[in-house]
Amino acid sequence: MRWIQDPLLDVQHLTMRFGGLVAINDLSFKVGRGDITALIGPNGAGKTTVFNCITGFYKPTEGLIAMRKPDGSNLLLERLPGNSINWKAKVARTFQNIRLFSGMTLLENLLVAQHNPLMLSSGYTFLGILGLGGYRTAEKEAIEKAKFWLEKTRLIDRADDPAGDLPYGDQRRLEIARAMCTDPLLLCLDEPAAGLNPRESLELNNLLLSIRKDHGTSLLLIEHDMSVVMEISDHVVVLDYGTKIADGTPSEVKSDPRVIAAYLGVDDEEVEQVEAEIGV
Amino acid sequence: MNAPPITTASAESPALPNRFDLTAAIKDGLKTALIMLGLSIPILAYKTDQSGGDLWLSPRWGLVAILCALVFGLRILLHAFMATKAAREATPSPHQATEFVHAEPNAFQKTSRFAIPFFLGVALAFPVIIYFIQGGLNESRYWVDLGILILTYVMLGWGLNIVVGLAGLLDLGYVAFYAVGAYSYALLSTTFGLSFWICLPLAGILAGFWGMILGFPVLRLRGDYLAIVTLAFGEIIRLVLINWTDLTNGGAGISSIPRATFFGLPFTSGEGGFAQTFGLEFNGMHRIIFLYYLILALALLTNFVTMRLRKLPVGRAWEALREDEIACRSLGINTTNVKLTAFAIGAMFGGFAGSFFAVRQGFVSPESFNFLESAIILAIVVLGGMGSQIGVAIAAIVLVGGPEILRNLTFLQAVFGSGFDPNEYRLLLFGAGMVAMMVWRPRGLISERSPTVILKERKAISGSLVKEGHG
Repeated sequence: MRWIQDPLLDVQHLTMRFGGLVAINDLSFKVGRGDITALIGPNGAGKTTVFNCITGFYKPTEGLIAMRKPDGSNLLLERLPGNSINWKAKVARTFQNIRLFSGMTLLENLLVAQHNPLMLSSGYTFLGILGLGGYRTAEKEAIEKAKFWLEKTRLIDRADDPAGDLPYGDQRRLEIARAMCTDPLLLCLDEPAAGLNPRESLELNNLLLSIRKDHGTSLLLIEHDMSVVMEISDHVVVLDYGTKIADGTPSEVKSDPRVIAAYLGVDDEEVEQVEAEIGV
Repeated sequence: MNAPPITTASAESPALPNRFDLTAAIKDGLKTALIMLGLSIPILAYKTDQSGGDLWLSPRWGLVAILCALVFGLRILLHAFMATKAAREATPSPHQATEFVHAEPNAFQKTSRFAIPFFLGVALAFPVIIYFIQGGLNESRYWVDLGILILTYVMLGWGLNIVVGLAGLLDLGYVAFYAVGAYSYALLSTTFGLSFWICLPLAGILAGFWGMILGFPVLRLRGDYLAIVTLAFGEIIRLVLINWTDLTNGGAGISSIPRATFFGLPFTSGEGGFAQTFGLEFNGMHRIIFLYYLILALALLTNFVTMRLRKLPVGRAWEALREDEIACRSLGINTTNVKLTAFAIGAMFGGFAGSFFAVRQGFVSPESFNFLESAIILAIVVLGGMGSQIGVAIAAIVLVGGPEILRNLTFLQAVFGSGFDPNEYRLLLFGAGMVAMMVWRPRGLISERSPTVILKERKAISGSLVKEGHG
């Protein structure tokens, strides 16, 4: 129960309304430091909306999202401007429909991800344009880091190719590598295994496990592929119609009647029966 | 249910409908000729002739017949062309779909290694070359002036290339910054007597400042909306220049702007002038040649700074912004700042070019900064290939130099008769050229993007992968 003892991200009473539509309704959950947390639920349950709230693309209607940094300080993500969430709070994300810089090479994609530290070392461009300061060495280090992630995702051979030329599975891995180049504490992955074949999805599992182990990055992922969810996650949060219906270890969640009902659909009689059992 | 075997179906008959069908083509040709005939009757068939007070119709059925036959022939040719094209496209080449697309450098890229030093050499030696061809300083005046004009547009194109080509923000009001630069120099020098070399950076800074002012309201806009607001901004600046008569002298403009000096030495014939100090015989062309090298230096500075910025984080952020703004935000890039720097730096170079314009002309008026100027600069960037420096330079030479060259094509009179004035067909040919460009190279002369950083080998990135930005 690491997510209760040492939470990295604490989401409390998160509500997001779009006009009359309540996409997320009073959602509270915690993401443990060093955990792989899966956010699952049927289509339209509001999972991506939760991601957009956490990563600053939406401002939540109500509730707070607290990020507990390793030094003990708290950052309220819903109050930060969108671009500080990655830079200050160290939360990185990938997208459900891959968003790479398709006309730029793989290496350039990973260097764009290191924009903020490079900007500092180039003296906000003023020193860099005159060739002063430590920009040269900083860029070399940035390239080394990019090389490391390209090797890790087995894309190093195509480092000088445009990202748009890559096959689908490679693009997914490149997006993860790009997000990791920002040195995140929390990496949010929106359906990383979508469209991958079983071999690729196994490879993805290993990549995610090694990210957690070697880099101390906690992961929050939305996933429909249960082989990924059940194998690697420590903690599963289940959403349905914007409400949390289950929260626990994968084995607990798997046997939860409400989760089964949400996923499989049941007769009205059975719903009453289940409701009677769990006492709603 | 037995589905037809897929493998044999394709082997049977190679794509029949793509073959050239002569009877159908003739039928269609006749139809088109008939339409032509119908249109000809009210337009071409009769000509009114006048002699004194009399007015009568003279029939021209011969001309009508010739034109109808021409249309018939062209229509059949078009059919034949389309049929061969369709057939070629229907037969896939063996490379297609089996190999992944290599981003091989194309002919332009291969030649650019030699072309860039060549162009640079020609640009540097241009006044000398013209001097020897024309055989005298005064005779070469027209050509050096043309060189200055082209280089001004090269510089403006490179400046706008930062905003449109790199950052992907469509700016239809770029001429506003050109105007700000020109009026900055005109007003500062006539009012405070500041020299050109002090006014040049000031004009750049002021134009950059106006770039930021334009940047703020358009931060949230994209596509057509961005284009409209920038267009309006350009017009607002021009209208302010016309109507703020106290400051700008209105439509009459500002005249007798101090001329450029050779770092303090005026180009005059008297004591202490440029010619006397260097022991030369006084000639008005000294100033023109100096202006030529001045604009060449300014243009090269623009190019150098842009090339440098592309390799810095801010330049990569511009290109990333053009590719995908949302991904930029998710990576912690402050897109507001990125957009504002693109507007400000692009505007700054426009301001430099503007103050050069003022010092060259010695006179500025709002008429020089109308929408057509913006359109030409944008056309240079788009035709050159967005983001490509050398492409923009070539496009500037073609678009600005081309019409001037046309003026001198007197040999065409031998072909079309002595009444033929090529100058009258300038805009027609210009338009036809643009349409042809957009058909054959829709993404500009040089559409390939060159990566800013490489690990092992430099590969050009095909233009089809590079996005145009949000507008």
